[in-house]
Amino acid sequence: MPFIPHTESDVREMLAAIGAPSIDALFDEIPSSLRTRELTGIPDALNEMEVSRLMHARAQRDGTPLNFIGAGAYEHHIPAAIWAIVTRGEFYSAYTPYQAEASQGTLQLLYEYQTMMTRLTGMQVSNASLYDGASALAEAALMAVRAHRRSKSARILVPATVNPTYRAVANAITEGQNLKLDVLPYERSKGTFDPASLESYKGQDITAVVIQQPNFFGQLEDVDALTDWAHANGALAIAVVNPTSLAILKPPGEWGAKGVDIVVGDGQPLGVPLSSGGPYFGFMTVRMEHVRQMPGRIIGRTVDLDGKPGFTLTLQAREQHIRRSKATSNICTNQGLLVTAATIYMSIMGPRGLERVAAASQAQTRALVDALTRIPGVTLVFDGPRFHEAVLRFEKPVAPILDALAERGIIGGYDLSRHYPELGNALLVCATEMRTHEDIELYAKALTEVTADA
Amino acid sequence: MSSIPTDLKYLESHEWIRAEADGTVTVGISDHAQEALGDLVFVEVPETGKSLEKGAAAAVVESVKAASDVYSPVSGEVIAVNEALKGSPELVNQDPYGEGWLFKLKLSNPAELEQLLDAAAYGKVVESDG
Repeated sequence: MPFIPHTESDVREMLAAIGAPSIDALFDEIPSSLRTRELTGIPDALNEMEVSRLMHARAQRDGTPLNFIGAGAYEHHIPAAIWAIVTRGEFYSAYTPYQAEASQGTLQLLYEYQTMMTRLTGMQVSNASLYDGASALAEAALMAVRAHRRSKSARILVPATVNPTYRAVANAITEGQNLKLDVLPYERSKGTFDPASLESYKGQDITAVVIQQPNFFGQLEDVDALTDWAHANGALAIAVVNPTSLAILKPPGEWGAKGVDIVVGDGQPLGVPLSSGGPYFGFMTVRMEHVRQMPGRIIGRTVDLDGKPGFTLTLQAREQHIRRSKATSNICTNQGLLVTAATIYMSIMGPRGLERVAAASQAQTRALVDALTRIPGVTLVFDGPRFHEAVLRFEKPVAPILDALAERGIIGGYDLSRHYPELGNALLVCATEMRTHEDIELYAKALTEVTADA
Repeated sequence: MSSIPTDLKYLESHEWIRAEADGTVTVGISDHAQEALGDLVFVEVPETGKSLEKGAAAAVVESVKAASDVYSPVSGEVIAVNEALKGSPELVNQDPYGEGWLFKLKLSNPAELEQLLDAAAYGKVVESDG
């Protein structure tokens, strides 16, 4: 399907047809005091050769460090077949075509993606993806307010153990719509949400409770208790999950007595490279009873007039091209290309492969924690079960230690002092199946030198 | 030509309203509206007990093509909703003036009934719709 831009004469003809003197005139209802005039501070355009050179220089600056940082984005092995297939001409577009049913292959892929996501999360329906994990949490909060009509408070409880970036994004997106995200404290000794903090909310009108598993510290929350508390108190339960972890952890559809209502997360661990923070994609799966309030669209399987199987767009009636300002979401663009990669990744790995990735990541993180906590002055902050991240504490500030490690080609982890100053000199570390025992030894050796020097 | 019963009142936005003997009113969408929407797949009715202002978005009728708001023709409190539509939204297509009703209101300002269109006036609206 070619993309054909309008020519100048097309534009002139269209303006003449509607009787408008210029394109600018179409926006004259916006007061001139609010209009942006000339944009300043934007450099001159670069040609392809210059852009290519700039990008290579920037990429080189990244180097090829040994990576022990997670904190929401994870470096997993991506089999070469995945992006070889994704970049084929038949798939290589981020968009669902406007005449969607003309692209049966794209629709079949999205249908299979939805099927895989519902099975992975233990839920009944999946949409065809969202922007990223953080905005998916915001969408889940907005959806909960729409779906839970008896609740009038629009108050959502979010433990401090939920990714702080997700919380910031969810706040930014929802506060203009009068949602209130209340932060629940965590237990300082365990690194998991504090159940005692729920007491003060008993009997109040709570729209939803958010639960992240594994949480931002990598620790495993008591998801059954929190899900049941939410339902017992008339609130919906929203899960934020790492899809890789679901190969070895209980799916949110089975948390507590009833399972959660909405599951969201970032799909990046499923075959999407880190690439300096994006693009990634968000996923959302829900219980069937909430399907009408789910943002985005679903691809359905059907039969044509001759009874032959085919795929079609269903449930798009509440998207913005139809519902305008009343749409269930103002985000319609799905992250099609990344979803394509994730679908191929999941089909290549299979349930067993994904389970091995998850188990190996967990084992390597255990080995990493063992190796690093043998170094004098390095201690593990939280006991208790965890997935593939852990919080370590140092006797001295973390930032200079990370700088010294970076000089040795090692990204040592995520400095927690900005978001969790109460933890002191705390560092969040991660190892996936990509980190070998040699890598871990190298990190331990470098850290020993760095902490001794400091 | 779609059916426009003469015993009902209408809105230009294609809702109908019937004044019942007990002083309450029943609201639905017209035959013309259901035809234009096509097969309905979901109907979202208001909550019982909710107070609606005249002209407020009260319900949503969703077809495979679009989800459209249904506006309350008058002000009042919702005293009943058509629960049968939950499992059978097609009732609106099959019987828009009967089994396919959407909700019932207790009027807060009966004078508002006088401002609605009669069948003849609504017929002209439908005609000009094409």
